[in-house]
Amino acid sequence: MAESLISVSNLYKRYGSKNVLKGVNLDVAEGQVMALLGPNGAGKTTLMRIVAGLARPNRGDVTLGGVSLGKAGTELRRYIGLVSHLPLLYDNLSGWENLAFFARMYDMQTPEPRIEAVLHAVDLWQRRRDAVRTYSRGMLQRLSIARAILHNPPVLLLDEPDTGLDQTSSQMLHSLIRQLGASNRAILLSTHNLDRALEWADSICLLRDGKIAYQASAATLTGASLRQLYAEASAS
Amino acid sequence: MSVLLQTEPNNNALVAPPSLENQPVQMHTGGGVGAYLRKVGAIADKDLRAEIRAKEVFSTMTVFSVLAVVIFGMAFDLRVAFPTSVVPGVLWAVMLFTGVLGLNRSFGAEVDRGSLAALLLAPVDRSAIYFGKLLANLFFLLATQCITLPAILVIFNVNIFQTWILVSLLLGTVGYVTVGTLFAALSASVRARESMLPILLLPVMLPVFMAGTKITGLVLDGKGLNDIQRWLGILIAYDLIFLVVAFLVFDLIWEEL
Repeated sequence: MAESLISVSNLYKRYGSKNVLKGVNLDVAEGQVMALLGPNGAGKTTLMRIVAGLARPNRGDVTLGGVSLGKAGTELRRYIGLVSHLPLLYDNLSGWENLAFFARMYDMQTPEPRIEAVLHAVDLWQRRRDAVRTYSRGMLQRLSIARAILHNPPVLLLDEPDTGLDQTSSQMLHSLIRQLGASNRAILLSTHNLDRALEWADSICLLRDGKIAYQASAATLTGASLRQLYAEASAS
Repeated sequence: MSVLLQTEPNNNALVAPPSLENQPVQMHTGGGVGAYLRKVGAIADKDLRAEIRAKEVFSTMTVFSVLAVVIFGMAFDLRVAFPTSVVPGVLWAVMLFTGVLGLNRSFGAEVDRGSLAALLLAPVDRSAIYFGKLLANLFFLLATQCITLPAILVIFNVNIFQTWILVSLLLGTVGYVTVGTLFAALSASVRARESMLPILLLPVMLPVFMAGTKITGLVLDGKGLNDIQRWLGILIAYDLIFLVVAFLVFDLIWEEL
């Protein structure tokens, strides 16, 4: 069994009087892609934000590569790459300048070859000099993916990365996720697209009302059975 | 500053694109004071570059400050016999109100675009983000004053280009952006941040406003260093105290975003 890179144990999170997460446990091993599914408000984004270190749980712990996120310093952030439904980019800078800025934030040595490689990987090399504000929604999302993988993190958190992507971009993202997942990374991916989840992920985790309602290998599910499970989660 | 962000290589895609897996990533870890200062510089540089492209903050602050000086000039022209009696108040009031415009955008724009989350995800000490923002805000406010001061000279016909006035203005501006950047971060995620920031900030700025106005008035009355040193001391103490306080508390502001 591969080593677990992301380990979430007994996680609780409350915003005001609303309990958003109620005792979530999950493990993502290296080389594994886990799809996090659930209706709006199920707690997917909150879980992603806690694993990314952007929010603190009220109870429970997240460990990345065996190191507790709550006890680690800033250095553990080097192990995390996050793609959110927001691009998390500076729209007045060019694609290249955005990546160069984040390369400095991650203390990367001679980052130019790596920046070039990731821009090619997301097919934005030809538009690297253009201001990000001139990019389409799909291009923004692809640059956002480039930013997340720039420092080659072993843990990738993809919060609805397929939002706004056309068919070509979506296929490119799929191929990139397979390539990244195959190279000893752990990828936690949230999406509303059930077919993509089955196609892209090795395992499926269905959240309902802050709890894990169902968790299984993607190979054991069909599109119809997953839709049935999702409909039950959404209805309750 | 502008050399801090690397420029892209001048090659094109005629050769085969490099593979992701063939590009090992090497990062300095730890890095000490040098790495810390490089990140402070990179954040300030990024803000300045973005502003040069967008021309949102500086142009707004400049136009507002000149308009405010013109309005004060028209208001006092009819009633005040000696402009030197109102210029100190005009100078410092315009500085305070103009600064709020830039400070609001400092973190507000990052929150609106979500880019603050990417910044907080990076292995960067929170205080480095603060000092990077502080440097950019200081630059914007000082650059605005380069336009405001000649406007005051022309409209009120009072020479405020005097050494101790300029020194007090520099010290006051440092104190202002020190506290202002901290409060801008505090109010960035608040829904009504445009109105919240001045309500929080302006009362705390009273010592700076009083000391600055007093120094400007005394210098315009022909007084020397002996007469103003107590007020200068207040400005220096204010700057030092709030720099240390901001450094200590800034981590706590963004425990959650």
